[in-house]
Amino acid sequence: METFFFVFISTLAIGTALAMVISKNTVNSALFMVLHMLSVAGFYTLLNAQFLAVIQILVYAGAIMVLFLFVIMLLNLDEDEKVVSKIDFKQLISFTLALVVLAQLLYITGNYAGVLPELTGEPIAAVGTVEAIGDELFTTFLLPFEVTAILLTAAVVGAMLLAQKTSNVIDE
Amino acid sequence: MEAPIVSSYIIMAGALAVLLQSAAVVVYVERRVAAFIQNRVGPNRVGPFGLLQPLADVVKLIFKEDVTPIYGNRVIHTMAPMFPVITALLTVAVIPFGDGLFITNLNVGVLFLLAVTSLGVYGVAMAGWASNSKYSLLGGLRAAAQMLSYELPMGMAIASTVLFATSLSMVDIVNSQVYWWGLFVNPLGAIIFTVAAFAEANRAPFDLVEAEQELVGGFHTEYSSMKFGMFFLAEYMHVVIGSMLITTFFLGGYHLPFAGYYAHILPEAGTWAKAILDIAVFLGKTGFMVFVFIWVRWTIPRFKFNQLMSLGWSKLLPLAILNFVVIAFILMLINS
Amino acid sequence: MEILNDLLNYLPAAIVAVGGLVVMMMDGYKAKSRLIYQTTMFFLAGALVIATYDLLYQEVGTLFSDMAASGSTAAFGTFIVVFGTFFTVILTHDYLIGVKHNYPQVYPLLMFCTVGMIVLATANDLVTVFIGLETMSISLYALAGIIRDKQLGVESALKYFILGAFSTGFFLYGIALLYGATGSTNLSEIGAYTDGSMIYWGGVSMLLVAFFFKISAVPFHMWTPDVYTGSPTTITAYMSTASKTAAIVALVLILERALPYAADQITSTMAIIAIMTMVLGNTVAMVQDNVKRMLAYSSIAHVGYLLVGLAAGTDLGFTAVLYYLLAYSLMNIGAFGVVAYYEKNHDVHFNNIESYAGLGYKQPLMGILLSVFLLSLAGIPPLAGFIGKYLVFAAAVEAGLINLVIIGVLASAASAYFYLRVMVYLYFKESKEPVKLMKPLRVYSFSLVVLAVLTLYFGILPAGITELIASYFSGNGLAIVP
Repeated sequence: METFFFVFISTLAIGTALAMVISKNTVNSALFMVLHMLSVAGFYTLLNAQFLAVIQILVYAGAIMVLFLFVIMLLNLDEDEKVVSKIDFKQLISFTLALVVLAQLLYITGNYAGVLPELTGEPIAAVGTVEAIGDELFTTFLLPFEVTAILLTAAVVGAMLLAQKTSNVIDE
Repeated sequence: MEAPIVSSYIIMAGALAVLLQSAAVVVYVERRVAAFIQNRVGPNRVGPFGLLQPLADVVKLIFKEDVTPIYGNRVIHTMAPMFPVITALLTVAVIPFGDGLFITNLNVGVLFLLAVTSLGVYGVAMAGWASNSKYSLLGGLRAAAQMLSYELPMGMAIASTVLFATSLSMVDIVNSQVYWWGLFVNPLGAIIFTVAAFAEANRAPFDLVEAEQELVGGFHTEYSSMKFGMFFLAEYMHVVIGSMLITTFFLGGYHLPFAGYYAHILPEAGTWAKAILDIAVFLGKTGFMVFVFIWVRWTIPRFKFNQLMSLGWSKLLPLAILNFVVIAFILMLINS
Repeated sequence: MEILNDLLNYLPAAIVAVGGLVVMMMDGYKAKSRLIYQTTMFFLAGALVIATYDLLYQEVGTLFSDMAASGSTAAFGTFIVVFGTFFTVILTHDYLIGVKHNYPQVYPLLMFCTVGMIVLATANDLVTVFIGLETMSISLYALAGIIRDKQLGVESALKYFILGAFSTGFFLYGIALLYGATGSTNLSEIGAYTDGSMIYWGGVSMLLVAFFFKISAVPFHMWTPDVYTGSPTTITAYMSTASKTAAIVALVLILERALPYAADQITSTMAIIAIMTMVLGNTVAMVQDNVKRMLAYSSIAHVGYLLVGLAAGTDLGFTAVLYYLLAYSLMNIGAFGVVAYYEKNHDVHFNNIESYAGLGYKQPLMGILLSVFLLSLAGIPPLAGFIGKYLVFAAAVEAGLINLVIIGVLASAASAYFYLRVMVYLYFKESKEPVKLMKPLRVYSFSLVVLAVLTLYFGILPAGITELIASYFSGNGLAIVP
């Protein structure tokens, strides 16, 4: 059952990711991206990390992608004629390089499948729960957690700085 | 994670059937109540007291021509109406209807609820875009902005409830209200949640999404036949779901008021009598909240869009955060 | 209360963070820009005092359950960052008013950026490194684009953002692979790992790539000239000093604590990158007519010298690198500060070397200051830049990297050409059209004088500071094992 679910989700994830890149229409791309996020959430569920799964849907699929969609719809982008118009030398090289890197990564991960400790039953059920994550977040990872707050604030202030009207520059 | 006492499939079948039918009932009730409030008669021709009116409406919808705008996006146009219906139906999965009567008891139930609600935006946004009409697009964008904005106060209000239950499981939240309902211990949270629920359901006074004077029909301007029917269905299902959530979070779910103090005179848990009592109490509260939804719609005029946004961001959200902090502080003092 | 103790040891970051939030709220309530500036300076001064105290007296240890370190290099990094920010804010305020882009949001952003840098420089865990790096970078992306009504400003912000986001991906991948290999993100625990596997080397290389990008070492330097040219000049000074200091201190920490196992391979990698960086930076700088662009390439070249110290990989090398960072921060902020002063008198893009003709006599003080900073950058004794280069090369000789040192010294000698060229224009060329310079604000010229005096002081009497730094590395000051 779990294997079936895994294969199903992986196919969905890869398929939607590919469709997102290939799709000519930007709105379609964004919607495929949403589907991709949902299938990634499926992986988390499979790993017993329900909290992460739900947060993945809530934050990425539910909030961030909506804003993406918003912008795309407002800009009303036209369809690109063709993603790959004609293959030139540069594209060929970059494609080969990407393939090589991918092969290397696959080789590395392939070699080390099963190196990480296998958690089953009780311990894994305890890893993904809200309590476990909350505990870790407010004890071990307190500093990164607080700095993340600063990071997000900085991002908001930065966005404001870049998006405001120029006429706001005043005094002195 | 305790298992439900009856097979969860049976509960699921029952819940879905009731939810789907409830839309029809609510439509009828809404029209009768509206008529009563406006001193009219309302539908009374089809069947006794006009009870078969919803049926006639559906038959009419089914036989209408299904039009898709020619330059719109056909696939997305067809998919869009399914989203709100699906999200509404998914929500039922975590709502407990009675003692041991729930479909599943997720330990992240509340977050699941928020996640599913947040997906509802896509239906409206997609419908607005795929229709290739400026009224639809504006309606869709408005809806998306509105739903995103009110998710935050809603989430904070729920968070303040979670503080009492110290659990994200819906069953635990209901059980924490066995003595005192959430409404009594956390009135501000209840009000904020109710307002946000109105906005999330796109109901008056927050129904700018389909403000006729400005946007014709909003995001469903270009919809007809059963596709429109689905949006219509989803709207009323969201009213029912919203009522159920208010009931669960703030009106003690299936518990009678202060039930903990006289639990010994109630039927034992696990018996049929208790199950029927629980469901009756739950449905009663839900029915009342549905009535409130309708009541508000015909009493309070529509907001302007800027008022809506400033209410959400600069009033409800700070208030909800303040409420959360104050409650957390008080609970910390009490517990230590 | 352990957490209170941790917080006391982390006070500079805490003060700056709170200051940033206060300043942000003041902007929200429409406070005057001048008041915002003064509040920023108030908080920064407080942080600077405490950072100085920490630099001298803080005990070595770890904070926040091993997430951050205190004392030694951490305190040193914090000090340089806060010090650099302090002067940057003084210069930035005046400069931005001069070029009419004085947005009040700049100050909270600078503060948040500083928090990120401090976190980065004090990190003891890859998670903290990552968060610090991101906080710093995201603030800088926004700051780079302040002058967004000019094409160069937009180009600068966009390039920085896209390439920076890309390098962040590398960094995250590196962390993930290292975690996969060693089962921990803690630096000391990674350092305990001694089983060279593919996954480990993959992680190390990706980590290094990300760092090379952030410190703009060749061949990951492409963004640097454009970003440095398009950004507001004082922000460029900030990017090239404080942010590089934080990144390099973090790199030193990682090399020293987490990757002793990979030291040999890293030495050869660093040596190659250092050669490329020094040669390219110095040769390309020679043909630049834009002073800002020239300084950008010069900052690439200086990263090359720093990498020589890292290549040595010895305690001596790390000591030299830290001293170099201090010297480099002083003289680079100073040089950019004078350039900013010339620029704000005219247009944003008044940095062609031709337009500097004869400026040395117009405001003699500024001319002398620029000359001091440039001479120090070129490595002329008795200025701090010279001692820095000397220490770095001495450490490399000690480690037996003779070839590297020969190339380094040659490149450094060649660099004198383009630094002195600016001075030739300042003093020995007639200006074609009359240029009017307004008198600099007293605080502006005063802070530049302070920087120049410090450059001179650390050049003549480097012993005190070098001994302080050397004490971090001797006696296992760095190798904290939990």
